[in-house]
Amino acid sequence: MIPAAFDYIAPRTLEEAVRALADHGEEAKLLAGGHSLLPLMKLRLAHPKVLVDISKLSGLSGIRQEGETISIGALATHYQVGSSVLLGKKCPLLPRTAQVIGDVQVRNRGTIGGSLVHADPAADWPAAILALRGKLKLSGPNGDRWLAAEEFFLAPMTTAIEPTEILTEIRLPVSSQRCGSAYQKMAQQASGFALVGVAVWLRLSRSRILEEIGVGVTGLGEKPFRAQVVEERLRGNKLSPKLIEEAAFQVAEGHDPMEDLHASAKFRAHLAQIYTSRAIREALKRN
Amino acid sequence: MPVSKFVGARIKRREDPRLLRGLGQYVDDINLPNALHVAILRSPYAHARIKSIDANDARQHPGVVAVVTGSEIKDQIGLLPVSGGNPTLRIPKHYVLAVDKVCYAGEGVAAVVAEDRYAARDALDLIRVEYESLPVVSDPEKALAAGSPVIHSEWPDNVAFRSDLKHGNLTKAFKEADKIVKQRLVHQRLAPIAIEARGVLARYLSDQKELTVWSSTQIPHMLKGHLSQMLKLPETQVRVIAPEVGGGFGSKLNVYAEEGLLGHLAVKLNRPVKWTEGRTENIQATIHGRGQVGEVEAAVKKDGTILGLRYKVIADIGAYHQLFTPAIPPFTGLMLSGCYKIPAISIELTAVFTNKMSTDAYRGAGRPEATYVIERMIDRVAQELRIDPVKVRKKNFPKPAEFPFETATGLAYDSGNYELALNKALKIAGYEKLRRDQRKLRSQGRYLGIGLSTYVEICAMGPKGMWEYGSVRVEATGKVTVLSGASPHGQGQKTSFAQIVADQLGIGLDDITVIHGDTASVPKGIGTFGSRATAVGGIAIYQSAEKVKEKARELASHLLEVDPDDLNFSEGRFSVKGVPKKGLTIQQIAQQARAAKNLPKKIDPELSAESMFEPSNFTFPFGTHICVVEVEPETGQIEIKKYVAVDDCGKVINPLLVDGQIQGGIVQGLGQAMFEEVIYDENGQLLTGSLMDYAVPRAADLPRLNLTRTETPTPVNPLGIKGIGEAGTIGSTPAIVNAVVDALAPLGITHIDMPLTPQKIWSLGQAAKPAAFGGRR
Repeated sequence: MIPAAFDYIAPRTLEEAVRALADHGEEAKLLAGGHSLLPLMKLRLAHPKVLVDISKLSGLSGIRQEGETISIGALATHYQVGSSVLLGKKCPLLPRTAQVIGDVQVRNRGTIGGSLVHADPAADWPAAILALRGKLKLSGPNGDRWLAAEEFFLAPMTTAIEPTEILTEIRLPVSSQRCGSAYQKMAQQASGFALVGVAVWLRLSRSRILEEIGVGVTGLGEKPFRAQVVEERLRGNKLSPKLIEEAAFQVAEGHDPMEDLHASAKFRAHLAQIYTSRAIREALKRN
Repeated sequence: MPVSKFVGARIKRREDPRLLRGLGQYVDDINLPNALHVAILRSPYAHARIKSIDANDARQHPGVVAVVTGSEIKDQIGLLPVSGGNPTLRIPKHYVLAVDKVCYAGEGVAAVVAEDRYAARDALDLIRVEYESLPVVSDPEKALAAGSPVIHSEWPDNVAFRSDLKHGNLTKAFKEADKIVKQRLVHQRLAPIAIEARGVLARYLSDQKELTVWSSTQIPHMLKGHLSQMLKLPETQVRVIAPEVGGGFGSKLNVYAEEGLLGHLAVKLNRPVKWTEGRTENIQATIHGRGQVGEVEAAVKKDGTILGLRYKVIADIGAYHQLFTPAIPPFTGLMLSGCYKIPAISIELTAVFTNKMSTDAYRGAGRPEATYVIERMIDRVAQELRIDPVKVRKKNFPKPAEFPFETATGLAYDSGNYELALNKALKIAGYEKLRRDQRKLRSQGRYLGIGLSTYVEICAMGPKGMWEYGSVRVEATGKVTVLSGASPHGQGQKTSFAQIVADQLGIGLDDITVIHGDTASVPKGIGTFGSRATAVGGIAIYQSAEKVKEKARELASHLLEVDPDDLNFSEGRFSVKGVPKKGLTIQQIAQQARAAKNLPKKIDPELSAESMFEPSNFTFPFGTHICVVEVEPETGQIEIKKYVAVDDCGKVINPLLVDGQIQGGIVQGLGQAMFEEVIYDENGQLLTGSLMDYAVPRAADLPRLNLTRTETPTPVNPLGIKGIGEAGTIGSTPAIVNAVVDALAPLGITHIDMPLTPQKIWSLGQAAKPAAFGGRR
């Protein structure tokens, strides 16, 4: 549990941090909460030559509302998101997700941005961010660019971020009164990661027709995804228990469920169906 | 005996203010000037020949002082010790670093010594080892099959030892049976996972020829003896210190390669050397527990009477023996009849080598396996005969008047009242109502299960050589020093030992200091394991306190010039009968003894005494655990709705400590039932090598525990105490498994192997009755 030697830089501004990444290229890694990176370094599965510590940069951890949009700084800890009164009212799926991440220590140190960029295929955040159709701001040497969450996750531990870019902000729509949401997961007993986790966000019309829905799934495939088959099946309908179950049954279609020590592909696929159905039902209840 | 003020009271642990504030000094907290750091290169292969080791680059690495390999040091350090007198025992050579061949993944191959731990770790990557891989066998049943890879060429059948135990007429029992119930049972391998992994620090003072080894151990005195043999140093030149030790659970009841290696390196390099185990190393190279697979057959009458029991079991030893490896599986045989009258019994045990880390003592050590076998079988029998499992248990209990109760396995249970504990637990749990609720919920398609475990275990190790040392000395200042050869590592005996002495001498706890764990301070000892520290070590202290009191009486009689029989003793003071103002306190007497101005003839000028207590028999704590679960077949998840434990460990010194031991024990038993398993693949690769994959229970996983006791003193020692360190682990596991199987009984499920993971429950249930399991197919 002893990492290899590395250099440590603590830039004072975002510009300095971006420059440090540009200077060191692939040899550099960003350090925020350190809850994914440091264990990998201690196991010598990661050997960055330079750690660029952005945890003390100011202005990157705020949670605020701008019109119909919620903005969350990438350095916000899981705890900050989980305990935010604003989010509790305006985007409750986020605190509900934050509260079931890891344990208290992890939630106190780990950051939402760090988790998204690490892109563990069983992490909790991607499910919620996908369901909400979040947008991610990537700041690099040529300025900022925005990516939809769906374009962000490419493969296990791999995202569309460039080595010289920093994820700085996550934007999500404000949930109105006619919206409902839920996150349901079965945790892998040892790690707390999701064997399968399903986040659902939905909006009903006044006559309780489903106007819009997002279903984000983590843990099942080699990357988190939006279950569009389920969404399409339900959109424009009144949600009956039968319809929900039928739609949820299709959640794994087109995806190869992962298989490992903790769950077979078959069990994961089954859990995805169960938790999709439960998450939709719960989101309706919390509407 | 004076009225006890302290014994029996819920005294808070005197250890905690220090430990909770992070002031405990563990091995890794001890920093010696000029110390070097050691890192161990471990084999990635489970079975391979070592063709060559090239450590030149590692030796050149900045900061590296030395690199040693097995073949270089094999003549300088003795083999790792094994205890056990089984005539069939086969002991493979177990070097501190592998020589020529590795037999499990994680076996030490070379060691780097460097100025700091970073340099030591970096240099490991520079050692080039050429391996020739050999066929691997990691499954104990396959290791016994013809054509299996052979682990030690001397013994092509891979058998490590055999142990059979037979009593009574088994043929007759099986012939007269109305029913024979058979079950295959697997006790998966577990990792003990003490919060503090192992650590060793060794220092050699060449001018004084003194080697001091600080080790995170449960047995400093035994370790001292073994190290002196391994390192060929006189015992007088070896000192072992167990500083604060962060849990052991049996895993530190051992002599490990690193302890011998660091002792050797300290002498050879003449500088202090330190090694701190990482968590992955801890799962790779610290002993595992359990690891048995067996076939049970019970011969029963229609009314639930058990006539006979047959158990054929294979114990998975791993690649080598560690210190008590051969002693553990036979405990399963000894305790197999549990708390029942079983007239005929047979155990055929075959211990087998596999390409894995050794198994050895882990909390319960053989008894959880025995209890699981008999308690699962009682429930299987009840299920087969359609009788309430409570009735089957009561039918076969020995009555209180039958104690000491002799079992077919050759033990004499000291004392017990099994039905009392069971009835109390049933009442607290509301058993009748639970069964009614169960029927109601079943009709609604819900799966409530009620599981019982009525256990008995063997502890206070023990007669025939397992004494313990304790002494009590009243200093000239009146303060009292207590020395113990036991080596507590979390149990809280700095509190309970002081309670025993405080009552005996009529003084306060704050006046008593308990010292243990240093072979230079405590002249002799055996250590803490087998729930023995209080029931054996505590008795040695009690006896010493008695002797001190008697000596004090003699001195008081001399000083006060009265007959000893004319003295009263109360609240720490001897006073003359009828003249209460005339008297002396224990402290005043100690002062006079030290001053030595006016002593009777032939009395040493000190108020102190020592004892070595060896019990005449083991003790046999017992109790009933009841677990109530609801299982959600759709996801395979288990919710523990209620947990009741009624334990009987005889007289209790400190109920708070006993509760703590029971709680911790239940949690570890729950870990085995629901979460934990050390998994090696067929190539002998460890798949659960970190706490991201090996699931230990956490606070949030636990139910509220309803704990209470009955109190049946043992006649084996003067305090009537039995020991409580392992009972929780022994009692809990079968209660939980029985509850889950009971919940799923409507699906025709009769058994589930541990751990009861959601996936296992879901797939079993799905196979049994798909429609009940939601989802669509």
